[in-house]
Amino acid sequence: MKLRALALMLSLSPVLATLPALAADTEIVVTIKDHQFAPKELRVPTGQKIKLIIDNQDATPEEFESHELNREKIIAAKSKASVYIGPLKAGKYPFFGEFNQTSAQGVVIAE
Amino acid sequence: MFGPALIIFRETLEAALVLGIVAAATRGVSRRSLWLLLGVLAGLIGSGLIAALTETIAGLADGSGQELFNAAVLGVAVLMLGWHHVWMATHGAELARDARQVGNEVREGNRELSAIALLVALTVLREGAESVLFLHGMASASDSSLMKVLAGGALGLLGGSALGLVMYLGLMRIPLRWFFSVTGILLVLLAGGLASQMARYLIQADWLPALAEPLWDSTALLSSTSLGGSVMHVLIGYEPSPSGMQIIFYTSTIAVILLLASLVRRQQQAPVLQAA
Repeated sequence: MKLRALALMLSLSPVLATLPALAADTEIVVTIKDHQFAPKELRVPTGQKIKLIIDNQDATPEEFESHELNREKIIAAKSKASVYIGPLKAGKYPFFGEFNQTSAQGVVIAE
Repeated sequence: MFGPALIIFRETLEAALVLGIVAAATRGVSRRSLWLLLGVLAGLIGSGLIAALTETIAGLADGSGQELFNAAVLGVAVLMLGWHHVWMATHGAELARDARQVGNEVREGNRELSAIALLVALTVLREGAESVLFLHGMASASDSSLMKVLAGGALGLLGGSALGLVMYLGLMRIPLRWFFSVTGILLVLLAGGLASQMARYLIQADWLPALAEPLWDSTALLSSTSLGGSVMHVLIGYEPSPSGMQIIFYTSTIAVILLLASLVRRQQQAPVLQAA
């Protein structure tokens, strides 16, 4: 099992090497207001790490969640938090606010 | 009412299943109920504290405090599970033998149980803090009545706990011959799953590279929102689209625990063989 993990690590090392290690992260701000994301569509470049800064302006907490991005994070009422995503392949990655799922919907579009 | 119920159900499910497995796995260790109860109570109190401190924690480490906190909590839980498994490597046979005789419980289990209680407390704390935050937010929003929110929360809690109880009762039906092997395997897989979640938080905080994300995507086969997916997530750490780093954490955690347990077992058997 350990060997397999090691083999996995070795086979992935080219991926590691191509990461732009020192490049500055792209930052994108998403606002939550009245249980809705703004903007609802985030266009991001592919193959790059992105720092999402989520600004919750509501008086209630929200949980930023995305199965496609494999992320979840609670953002307290009236506060900001950051989530790193990517590097992503081209495609659509929906996200939602778990505490207000009917209205809080958005999507990251990597292109 | 059903919105809150569903969310609280999902939060409760993980803690309840873990509690169910742990309660079964500590069968025959004296005073286990007391320790488990202590773990749950400490977890509930901790939930309230952590929920109240959310903003403070989130602000630490340049906005990644929550991830680091969760990763630390998961890390300690993995250590406790590993410790339990190694302890079982030396005491498992004794427990299985004594469990056959009703009322004859293993005496020396306090240190082991404090590790288990800590594990339970941390599991309850992780899921509980989210539940408290959510319910508090719902209750303070003007458009929903407090009673409805609380009723929904209670319903979800009940549903999640019921599944935990089913887990416990199901495990207790396993014949003693295999009993501790089964609970042992379950707990080791659980440790792997928690380690994988820990890796995910560290990636989210940008403390670790993802290494191929996702490594695969099996959402179409078993999504993480389905009941089956949620249960498998708790039991074997299933995730439909894990990153390479998560798989490394998962496999190496399991490998290390199994290795340590077999080393301890061998060391314990060695003097017996010499004597014979």
